[in-house]
Amino acid sequence: MTTRVFSSGIRRREDPRLITGRASYTDDIKLPGMVHAAILRSMYAHANITSIDTSAAAAQPGVLAVYTGADTEGALNGLPCAWLIPNSDLKTPAHPAIAKDRVRYVGDAVAVVVAETRYQAEDALEHITVEYEPLDAVLNPKEAAQDGAPQLHDDAPNNLAFTWAVAGGDADAAFAEADVTVSDVITLPRLIANPMEPRSAVAQWVGATGELTLWNTSQNPHIARFLTSVVTGVPEHRIRVIAPEVGGGFGSKIPYYPDEAIAAFCAMRLGVPVKWTETRSENYLATTQGRDHIEEVEMASTADGRITGLRTTVYAGLGAYLSTAAPGVPTILHGLMYSGAYDIPNISGTIYGVFNNGTPVDAYRGAGRPEATTLIERLVDVLAAELDMDPVELRRKNFIPKFENGHDVATGITYDSGDYEATLDSALDAAGYSSLREDQAQARQEGRLVGVGVSTYVEICGLGPSQVAGAVGFQGGLWESAIVRFHPTGKVNVMVGSSPHGQGEETTFAQIVAGEVGVDVDDVEIIHGDTDLTPMGWGTYGSRTTAVSGAAVTLATRKIKDKSRALAAHLLEAATEDIEYEDGRFFVRGSPDQHKTIQDIALMANVAWDMPEGMEPGLEASAFYDPPNFTYPFGAHLAVVEVDPATGQIDLQKYVAVDDCGVQINPMIVEGQVHGGVAQGVGPVLWEGVVYDESGQPLTGTMLDYALPRADGLPDIEVQSNTTPSPHHPLGVKGVGEAGTIASTPTVYNAVMDALRPLGITRIDMPLTPEKVWRAMQDARNGG
Amino acid sequence: MFPANTNYHRAGSVAEAVQLLAANEGAKVLAGGHSLIPAMKLRLAAPEALVDIGHIDALRGISLEGGSLVIGALTNFATIASSELVQANAQVLAEAAGVVGDPAVRNRGTIGGNVSHGDPASDPPTALTALGATYNVSGPGGERSIAASDFPTGLLENALQDNEILTGVAVPALAAGCGSAYVKFPHPASRYAVVGVAAIVGVDGGSCSSASVVIGGVETTPTRASSVEAALVGSDLGDGALDAAAAAVADDFTGDPMSDIFASDEYRRAMAAVYLRRALGIAASRAG
Repeated sequence: MTTRVFSSGIRRREDPRLITGRASYTDDIKLPGMVHAAILRSMYAHANITSIDTSAAAAQPGVLAVYTGADTEGALNGLPCAWLIPNSDLKTPAHPAIAKDRVRYVGDAVAVVVAETRYQAEDALEHITVEYEPLDAVLNPKEAAQDGAPQLHDDAPNNLAFTWAVAGGDADAAFAEADVTVSDVITLPRLIANPMEPRSAVAQWVGATGELTLWNTSQNPHIARFLTSVVTGVPEHRIRVIAPEVGGGFGSKIPYYPDEAIAAFCAMRLGVPVKWTETRSENYLATTQGRDHIEEVEMASTADGRITGLRTTVYAGLGAYLSTAAPGVPTILHGLMYSGAYDIPNISGTIYGVFNNGTPVDAYRGAGRPEATTLIERLVDVLAAELDMDPVELRRKNFIPKFENGHDVATGITYDSGDYEATLDSALDAAGYSSLREDQAQARQEGRLVGVGVSTYVEICGLGPSQVAGAVGFQGGLWESAIVRFHPTGKVNVMVGSSPHGQGEETTFAQIVAGEVGVDVDDVEIIHGDTDLTPMGWGTYGSRTTAVSGAAVTLATRKIKDKSRALAAHLLEAATEDIEYEDGRFFVRGSPDQHKTIQDIALMANVAWDMPEGMEPGLEASAFYDPPNFTYPFGAHLAVVEVDPATGQIDLQKYVAVDDCGVQINPMIVEGQVHGGVAQGVGPVLWEGVVYDESGQPLTGTMLDYALPRADGLPDIEVQSNTTPSPHHPLGVKGVGEAGTIASTPTVYNAVMDALRPLGITRIDMPLTPEKVWRAMQDARNGG
Repeated sequence: MFPANTNYHRAGSVAEAVQLLAANEGAKVLAGGHSLIPAMKLRLAAPEALVDIGHIDALRGISLEGGSLVIGALTNFATIASSELVQANAQVLAEAAGVVGDPAVRNRGTIGGNVSHGDPASDPPTALTALGATYNVSGPGGERSIAASDFPTGLLENALQDNEILTGVAVPALAAGCGSAYVKFPHPASRYAVVGVAAIVGVDGGSCSSASVVIGGVETTPTRASSVEAALVGSDLGDGALDAAAAAVADDFTGDPMSDIFASDEYRRAMAAVYLRRALGIAASRAG
């Protein structure tokens, strides 16, 4: 492989148009005759609808139609759940696009107005009269699962969507025999994904041909097409889904939502294009959220710190309905990761997926793995404190030793490659760990509350082998495909089924092609996000795009190279096996001056004047890549915090990230992913979390109350990396989109708890807002 | 974010603005728009009409007239924070203006709009009250001025009569020997003050000769810390004196408390004492 641009941190070609505001998003789409939809949403968290009167709204200026659940019932199928986890008694209650008889969360769609302008539609919403009979609501996922709690769905007793278990070894025996056991309760708050671009859909129906085009803010347009077909009944081959520029998703643009189905319904009824774009306030109510775990966890060990067992009981809030991928997140992507970077022989976990009267919960950056890593890494620190050991030494004692090709853990999965202690060593070196501990000791002498937190992680990426997807109930494959097409001038289009939306694959995929066949990186254009232009693919999420879609690009490009070698042999009148390749040139071994460039080959293949016998014209190849295993990136992060003893405010002073995501195609993009991920993972520790009142009203309804991470709350993030190639991947890459988010939550939480340890404080529910920390300190000082 | 229909009127002068207000029932004054427009976008406010005073240039600017700073209502926070006149004569106001919101807010939000809106967690009213500022007002009955301490009459309510417009603020320059400071515990999302403290202390002959201390964010209107002031005057402003004065603040919270999901009233009061002590330390170090 040449290394002209592969592995170099070239600038992202996406950025100029994105940062100068010249990119075109779904809401920028304007079609002739297009009209606008606005959706009336429930103000109640739980209520029966006793009547709806839309007559006044229908008479408002510019209003074309007002539809309710009575109109969509029968015309739109219910929204399907697409991750039907096995052996879990999974319940999939009906999820109508528009609620007809009962609303189950603040934000549930109740009616839609279509008008000539969005302002007219919004004005008309105020003229719809809905009478509700309020019902008791329940939000806390553990309380929702208890007898007597308000019930959301008749077919889900005790609000249980599923009960899923993971087990390896004999955890109960390990705990019975353990020298030492520790326990904790960890809460991971409900989080709002907050992409910069809210969701949007534009639906165009051509009745004469029966074709539906849907522009949609989607991370996975091919899945959106499939599910649009399921919900609207329009055959899949007559649906085109286009995800234009998508302004971030963080998982919240994976699901198939009521709103795009409603837009399609309106367009089909009215025969004109219909646009719906959510406001930021709607995004806070109607776009899927993340986490919402209550985790009761225990760890067992020998007296000298050898971890022998892990046990969990987890209540995972799912919101009012099952979102598209929701059941898989707290189970497959969570419970299977309970071994972390450690050799833990006995593991058992029970995960209750619980309906509650909140916005539906689905994948959010990290999706199950931050929730797993936090409980493992917190327990390791708690155990270290119990054993009076340095938490770093306890980790060393339990690491899975370095391995290059496969390691089985107790949860039943096989890690691909790892060298966990090396990343920890790198992080400790970079941070100056021993002097940090000396500084901490000095600070404690002065009455200052300084904490050092460490976390390692192993994550599961590159989702995944399709056979496994089927075995775990994912209602789709997880392979990817790519078409690489050389034009006569030697310029290249690459069509991929994945759908990057900020991750930089327009740049990194071009680097792959340039690296494989020696074209200039600027001669390669990546086309994605349009089901009519791109081959099938399952989308961009789960740190899978570079790992899976990138592998398809690699394999397709290698087919191009093979054909080019054969054509070069023909043109150079040599045997194919005598043709050598170097840096974009094919030549007969020993005669590099006599060569054909890849551009020469592309021209000849396209004009086809002189082709070898039996060779098809054209220089185009497609590849379908179904990974043989997942990839398992890993790393170690370290943070230093200081807590103000008078106020409870937390100052995050230092952050070191050492990640091993395998081979890196573009180190600058890797660093950017780590930066953003770290910030996003610190959010729930220090600031973020949805708060509901007793009746289920969200109290964090705007950015005035929901506190996102900001630059001034974060230190410079020191990013380093190690490289342990994935043994089964064509390029050795693993994926890095979620790593920072997975590691930083436990790292910073551990650091704060370390700072508070002299006061005897061992746990505080996240987010660690100043008042909570202050109260914990007050209680501790009062002998709490 | 789609506000309800409204009628827009642009005023060319204060007199015209007053006339427009009188002629349009339910009209609201629009200046920098940083409180009103977000409320309209959320449809929490839906005024029949807007009277835009943002183009009345006479309402912009800072001058020193007869020992008072006169600041036009349309002067933005960034201008106030960076003004040498304000820094030299009312440092506490420059500091308060410098920590409002974020740079975009400070470049667009106006002192007159801020004071008229009267958010109890906003920074400038706390500083202006401590400084003994007066607010200049124009209305159908002519011009008058209202003391900053008399201006708020309750949560988001003020002493403006119908169709009156706040045209500027007058701030007595701090006397020689005075030190002042504004310190703030910002809400992590909104950046409004969970607690904001404006402290002014004067020194004469080695002891504290005057003190003015006002706290924002804890009660529905700015809290004058009279007990703290009384404890400070006559003291040596040493650490012990400042500790004792700050501890006295507990007696000063007699109004309606503020509380939300981020900070309870109890926590706000406790933080007021902490931030008060910090503000006093800075102000004292600048006095003399």
